[in-house]
Amino acid sequence: MNNKLTISLSPHIHGGDSVQRNMYGVLLALLPVLLSSFWFFGWGAVKITCVSVLACMAVEYATGRWLLQRKASTLSDGSAIVTGVLLAINLPSNLPLWMVVAGAVFAIGVVKMTFGGLGCNLFNPALAARAFMLVSFPAAMTTWPLSGQPFFTTDAQTGATPLTLIKEAAQTGNASLLDKLPPLEDMLIGCTGGSMGEVSALAVLMGLAFLLFKRIITWHIPVSIVGTVFVVSGVMHLLHPAYASPMVEVLSGGLLLGAVFMATDYVTSPMTPKGQLVYGVAIGVLTVVIRTFGAYPEGMSFAILIMNALTPLINRSCRPSLFGEKGGKNS
Amino acid sequence: MNTFSKGGVHPHDNKLTAGIAISTAGLPDVAVIPLSQHIGAPAKAIVAKGDHVKVGQKIAEAGGFVSAVIHAPVSGIVSKIDTVVDASGYARPAIYIQRDGDEWESSIDRSDSLVTLDQHPDLTAETIREAIREAGIVGMGGACFPTHVKLSPPPGCIPEQVIINAVECEPYLTADHRLLLEHPDEVLTGVGLLMKAAGVQKGFIAIENNKPDAILLMQEKAAAYDGITVVPLKVKYPQGGEKQLIEAVTGRQVPPPPALPVNVGAIIQNVGTAYAVYEAVMKHKPLIERVVTVTGKHLSRPANLRARIGTPMSQLIEECGGWPEDTGKLIGGGPMMGKALHHADVPVCKGSSGILLMSEEESHRSTPSPCIRCAKCVAACPMGLEPYLLAKAAERDIWNLLEEHHVTSCIECGSCQFTCPSYRPLLDVIRVAKATVTGIQRARASAQQNK
Repeated sequence: MNNKLTISLSPHIHGGDSVQRNMYGVLLALLPVLLSSFWFFGWGAVKITCVSVLACMAVEYATGRWLLQRKASTLSDGSAIVTGVLLAINLPSNLPLWMVVAGAVFAIGVVKMTFGGLGCNLFNPALAARAFMLVSFPAAMTTWPLSGQPFFTTDAQTGATPLTLIKEAAQTGNASLLDKLPPLEDMLIGCTGGSMGEVSALAVLMGLAFLLFKRIITWHIPVSIVGTVFVVSGVMHLLHPAYASPMVEVLSGGLLLGAVFMATDYVTSPMTPKGQLVYGVAIGVLTVVIRTFGAYPEGMSFAILIMNALTPLINRSCRPSLFGEKGGKNS
Repeated sequence: MNTFSKGGVHPHDNKLTAGIAISTAGLPDVAVIPLSQHIGAPAKAIVAKGDHVKVGQKIAEAGGFVSAVIHAPVSGIVSKIDTVVDASGYARPAIYIQRDGDEWESSIDRSDSLVTLDQHPDLTAETIREAIREAGIVGMGGACFPTHVKLSPPPGCIPEQVIINAVECEPYLTADHRLLLEHPDEVLTGVGLLMKAAGVQKGFIAIENNKPDAILLMQEKAAAYDGITVVPLKVKYPQGGEKQLIEAVTGRQVPPPPALPVNVGAIIQNVGTAYAVYEAVMKHKPLIERVVTVTGKHLSRPANLRARIGTPMSQLIEECGGWPEDTGKLIGGGPMMGKALHHADVPVCKGSSGILLMSEEESHRSTPSPCIRCAKCVAACPMGLEPYLLAKAAERDIWNLLEEHHVTSCIECGSCQFTCPSYRPLLDVIRVAKATVTGIQRARASAQQNK
């Protein structure tokens, strides 16, 4: 017999889940979104994705090694790759590549690593970087090429996105502008303008199904966000036809992408189902408010960032109920 | 199908010995019987070195109300009263008996014939409780709480039902499952005795649906017993936890401490306990042996062994084919809540439900990485706690925060650590914090009293 028995406290077994399994699971879930963006936006999308992922990994390695003086690199946990892909799909496909690199430096270097790396950041790195880029490069960040152009076209045409039309209609009160919107089925599949990953609702929903099936996320955040947007914009649409219909609101812009992949970021979202519902509803309301009354056509990323900041407060006020406090169902 | 409402996890059940009938282990040459095999005051030895004892003879008296008597599991000469390192890892007083032969007390009925409740209409709650106390019976699921104490609820609490814990939610363990399959009538009669002792009309036998054969057999047999219902439950760990089980069966949640299960009318007993109660009352046989699952993926002959109390675990391992080459960990109990032992010269006690040998590869934890706040521990906690927060506070000694977040409600089931993708040692630190906070609360209470 082996006379060196290991002594440790229970439990002596582990369920087998790991950070890597979750991160690579998210990457798999992002595959349909990525492939759809390559299909609709061609080489530009491929280039941006590669540059974003490589830049994020390089910054993670460099800051970990030289700034934080860490002995082991955290690259293998896969979170830098996830941030790289999430950043890429939030960008227009014709963005100059140096801007992508600047975004990656901000995402990983400023938003994530300065706070201590994975698990410590307050804001979603990819979204914070997107906001940073929106402020720094406003023109480039809001000129979206139209999707559905031949794969090898390099000089893609640009044009108005559904969100721009929605905003114009809402602010001028001119409902006829909404007639120029692409048909809903085009918005579902992705034949419309927008950031790389947000155009195809179908691809995002495939990712959602995978994330739920693999139990990487729960339904609370995506369902509460989309449900809230649907209800709030539905009420507004009933009040005045110049406000877009709820289906258009849900399918346009980064709403689904944000609800499924950005707002569900473990690190920056609340810890209890109750808190996640509060967070989701607030994101939904803020998104519609910013989309309708704000200066920018898209409100999703700002809504999520604002709620990221409020997450610690939500965690404090939305605690799980202690076993026995409510007495169970029969008493 | 029912289960408890909060949290829970699904470990692979690895019931390697579910299909293996109970066999009788060999008698030890020297039986080592710790005086503290139960919760409460240690028993007091009433034999001295050189005394000759028979199997079933009382060798230690209860050391208080919450305590249990102990009987000789083998016949022979008391060779010494010394200490032994038991499954808790601590050296504790124990009686050593050098065995000669196997001579039983004549009052014990060793036949296999079933004695039913109908044959003993004279039994009262009082006589049953007394027989249970005299037989030294304690909770055999591992908690080892003296059974007669559980059957004497504090004033103001009226028991409504006896719930038999046949959940056996720990992976690997099958001792209870085998008892149900091989001795259904004895278990059911034991349940009847417990119901009578508690003065209740309702008895439930809760079995998880990973044991369909036991559910079927018990349902069939229970039809002949008044007031006993078999409750199949959806598989989920830690359903064998007392509070979780009560909720799964009755839908009621036991309020936070100091409330007891009996505050919601429930008295929980383990299958092994029900069987021991049957033997004690109907056969006059005290608790001197129990079924132990000896198991492990690399063990050549895993088995369910009926072993005398005091048998060294090493002997049971030898009977199951000996130590596998690559053994890395020895666990007394199951893999979720059992204790790792540093050697096998540990005697089988009243609460020893299993011995698990894990390979070198299975024995090591993965390196922890930072918490990614995935909230999976919060979702897994069956008590509605926030393990990530408790662990963080525990690492920083923030006792008031820990108290405020109910660290003392933790049942140490390990679901949080089992589920953590960052392999954080959540329960390790929460356990320490729980002990510290409990100490602080006790000190505060006694300071208040002294004012």
